[in-house]
Amino acid sequence: MARKDIGEIRNIIVRHKRLDVIFGVVGLLALGLGLLTFATLFIDMALDGYTRLTPDFFTEFPSRRAERAGILSALVGTTLVMLVTACVAVPLGVAAGIYLEEYAPRNWVTDIIEINIANLAGVPSIIYGLLALGLFVYEFSLGQSILTAGLTLALLILPVVIVATREAIRSIPSQIREGAYALGATKWQVVQHHVLPYSMGGIMTGVIIGMARAIGETAPIITIGALTFIAFLPASPLTGTFPFLSFEWLQSPFTVMPIQIFNWTSRPDPNFHANAAAAGFILVLMTLTMNGLAIWLRYRVRRNIKW
Amino acid sequence: MTAISRLSHRTSRHVKERIIESILFLAALVSVATTLGIVYILVKESVVFFNHVPLWDFLTDTQWTPLFDDAHFGIIVLLSGTLVSSAVALSVAIPLGTIIAIYLSEFASARAREFAKPVLELLSGVPTIIYGYFALLFITPLLQKLIPGLPGFNLLSAGLVMGIMIVPYVASISEDAMRAVPMSLREGSYAMGATRLQTALKVVFPAALSGVAAAYILGISRAVGETMILAVAAGMQPNLTWNPTESAATITAFIVQVALGDLPHGSVGYQTIFAAGLTLMLLTLVFNVLGHWMRRRFSERY
Repeated sequence: MARKDIGEIRNIIVRHKRLDVIFGVVGLLALGLGLLTFATLFIDMALDGYTRLTPDFFTEFPSRRAERAGILSALVGTTLVMLVTACVAVPLGVAAGIYLEEYAPRNWVTDIIEINIANLAGVPSIIYGLLALGLFVYEFSLGQSILTAGLTLALLILPVVIVATREAIRSIPSQIREGAYALGATKWQVVQHHVLPYSMGGIMTGVIIGMARAIGETAPIITIGALTFIAFLPASPLTGTFPFLSFEWLQSPFTVMPIQIFNWTSRPDPNFHANAAAAGFILVLMTLTMNGLAIWLRYRVRRNIKW
Repeated sequence: MTAISRLSHRTSRHVKERIIESILFLAALVSVATTLGIVYILVKESVVFFNHVPLWDFLTDTQWTPLFDDAHFGIIVLLSGTLVSSAVALSVAIPLGTIIAIYLSEFASARAREFAKPVLELLSGVPTIIYGYFALLFITPLLQKLIPGLPGFNLLSAGLVMGIMIVPYVASISEDAMRAVPMSLREGSYAMGATRLQTALKVVFPAALSGVAAAYILGISRAVGETMILAVAAGMQPNLTWNPTESAATITAFIVQVALGDLPHGSVGYQTIFAAGLTLMLLTLVFNVLGHWMRRRFSERY
């Protein structure tokens, strides 16, 4: 009788151990499925688009003829929009992060700001597009310009930059601050000389991740009414006459990489799909590089800093 | 240095500190201003819209033809597209995301986790327009071989790809929730002779349930707000359907469609996208608030 019981128990144990192994395999498969999809996506784009990846593709404007179309205006547009986004989002985001970590008193105003940032991170990007259409394009009369697009994307990635800044600042031990205060430093001196330099790595990580997200955003830019067919470049920011800088390009109509891809994808002609694949391949490479850089940077920061 | 000049130096220092603090505070207020701006714009244009179209019609009409002469504004038509595609996405993202989270949290070695987490992060960094291309020109032709008669635009392939897109998001939040379960619970389970799987399913998963549920809900909110995959792969034809193999416009796809055309500022068609946007915003807000509330609850438990 007792023997039989032990046999049964052994069977149960064996069965459960087998289930354990099976789940391990299932888990690996699930993880593999994600990776496989990504690899398929990447390879599919490369195969569809490699014939179009010639030097001309980077130096030609969009065209009615698929073979002659290129991404010059989209590349320039993306670069300029990203420039505006970075110039707005980085100072604002870092300043807000510093305020919330170093200055903010524990009161309802701070609570509201914090809840706000958490909520903003969950707002669909197309809603930012509607905000920009109503506010920037019509109320502020900024038009469907590079400036509008840059501001919109800046608002969109602001929560990312703020959260990254806060996390980076929080990881600095308070002894550092106390040491500086003990020597008579003011709050801003502490921030400027200690908190900011030590959290730079973490902040950079967040900024890069935010920019990588902004570079691929399509919906908000379409919503503000960006044109899909741009066969000219914005005015050059550098001029030959004094003061050598021009901000005319801020008001220029533009197109960006994701919009160009959307436009080519939604055409029925398969020749344009090859263009979309080629441009998509370049866009994925850009975001992958940026995200990869951010991950590597974070890894380095974590490894190098020992308090 | 006399006492007075030393004191005056102090005041200037103090003033400078104050100015800097105010500037930083203003920067932090930008996020509040953004929210207020969104609410202001959406409500302002929607109020004009609801002066033209009664709210009751908006909620109960079963046709969506805002740009026709015989205009109908039944949001349920767009909502059906949004809900069906989200349901398809979640039927992919929830099982896959949960399995990956359990695997990474309870089964994988530390090194495998160190490798897998950044890779998942990279996956979630792929622009959605790329997923849209992939859905339309790779997954749909593939599905058409399995399901004969599947139209070129359909909710199924858009939903499936959207699901894959959300997997890293669901997996990462669920994993955080499971890792927050104290070791002592696992040790107790192992001491009773439970296997890893038993511990994972019967101890860790229930203990982390509210966090995992939060991950699901935030995933839903992601799916509902997703735009480009649907605009590219699901078509832009409004269609009241609960069948994923059909083509249908979602709320987001409709906004894109209108924005692509040339609608004069102030027309009813123009205001329609704000009313649609307000609906979308309220929908995601409900899910986000629910998700954050559940997340906060689980983190206070131990």
